[in-house]
Amino acid sequence: MSIYLFPAGEDPGASFAELIQRVRPAAGPLPADRVHLDMPHATTIAALRFSSGVVMAGDRRATEGVSIAHRAMEKVFAADRFSAVAIAGTAGPAIEMVRLFQTQLEHYEKVEGTTLSLEGKANQLSQMVRSHLPMAMQGLAVVPLFAGWDELRKVGRIFTYDVTGGRYEEADFHATGSGGRDAKTTIKLGFREGMSRLEAVDLALEALFQAADEDAATGGPDPVRGIYPIVATVGAEGFATVPDEEIAARFAIYLDRRAEARRGTGTEGGRPITGGDPS
Amino acid sequence: MTMPYYVAPEQVMKDRAEYAQKGIARGRSLIGVAYDAGILLVAENPARTLHKISEIYDRIAFAGVGKYNEFDQLRVAGIRHADTKGYAYSRDDVDARSLANLYAQHLGQVFTHEMKPLEVEILVAELGPTPEANRLYHIAYDGTVVDEQRSTVLGGEADTIAARLERAFVEGWGLGAAIAACVQCLAGPERTLGVGDLEVAILHSGNGRRAFRRIEGDELAGLLREGGPTAE
Repeated sequence: MSIYLFPAGEDPGASFAELIQRVRPAAGPLPADRVHLDMPHATTIAALRFSSGVVMAGDRRATEGVSIAHRAMEKVFAADRFSAVAIAGTAGPAIEMVRLFQTQLEHYEKVEGTTLSLEGKANQLSQMVRSHLPMAMQGLAVVPLFAGWDELRKVGRIFTYDVTGGRYEEADFHATGSGGRDAKTTIKLGFREGMSRLEAVDLALEALFQAADEDAATGGPDPVRGIYPIVATVGAEGFATVPDEEIAARFAIYLDRRAEARRGTGTEGGRPITGGDPS
Repeated sequence: MTMPYYVAPEQVMKDRAEYAQKGIARGRSLIGVAYDAGILLVAENPARTLHKISEIYDRIAFAGVGKYNEFDQLRVAGIRHADTKGYAYSRDDVDARSLANLYAQHLGQVFTHEMKPLEVEILVAELGPTPEANRLYHIAYDGTVVDEQRSTVLGGEADTIAARLERAFVEGWGLGAAIAACVQCLAGPERTLGVGDLEVAILHSGNGRRAFRRIEGDELAGLLREGGPTAE
């Protein structure tokens, strides 16, 4: 390895992505005839805002065509101390993109001695998604979801992307991936302004449950193996994952309530349990 | 036609070394020392944002004295080296020794081949899994590397300060005592240094994955009080 010093005009500055291109030119897009559709795919991810931050959640299943590739895949990651990124789409390049993004944020922080603003981070991710477009055109799309705590404005914010790198800010919630539509509908029905952390976690779990109910590529809770969705919160105190035990307990409560509602013995007086079986 | 004068290689090297030493001696000194929970770095630095001490990687810190623009360039190169290595292999594969060697090669190369040597002295500190595995790599302007475990001093007055530190050093001392002693060693008997003249940071395994943390403001003042005046 040599020392990376550049003349003033060619210095990549605090950009790790540019540095890595300079020192190890990446392999070009894959030749079209080598791309198969049966690559592992990550599926449903969701994010929603609550009173003091954002919740981000993802199921654990990766599919390869019609078979299950992985049961315990992680799709929700800490991007840095105050932001989280979740991925849907082709698993390989998506995980690589997360690694590059995490390295980029830390690299910037160390070189510049200060962290990027939340909007700056969101834009960085947008550039990474855009540079991935040639592979997306070959069917290897990566669609991340980005959320974090904006330290300047003191609010939680959610950003979504399309394959061309288009970046959109969501007001309250979003879900994407193959079960994204069902997850989003569930959140839409249950969302209220100023929810507590626990209410938001419950709603995210419900959304993933409903997505798994309708979408074969989304995994539901698996108490036999002890595999539960990954749920993370980002607030003023930073990124934190909700422990598996808490998720297991919340799911148990949710399933009990659903079973009661179905039997007609539900004790819930107020809000109807969304997603209760209509039959 | 004029003939170039012959200058003996010994003389060339001596001149360059003198030039570099003079440049380094103009700046203030810096101490790297082990304490009971990690590694402490203390620099005399009245500037608030032009840092002498900074983070390189999870368990590696950088410190430099001498000409700011020169050691800052080396600092950025170090971050680049560590981040590209961690990205290409794994976070566990990034170590201070290879970085220290890289710096040594670069400084040695510049010292012998360039017009002007770099007027810097740098320290690469690594927090090991055990206190015995802590490493302080002290790299001089000509590429000489010294590997220390307990303490090292960088800068123009290194020898005097190192002698003071040798007397003050206590194996396994706490953070407050270590900071107070380092500040006294940097100041010497005739001066006193306040919070505003200092730049302090630690590598501490209790900080999680990224062990580096700056100690500033009220926290630094508190630790200085707690450490109290040490007997010289």
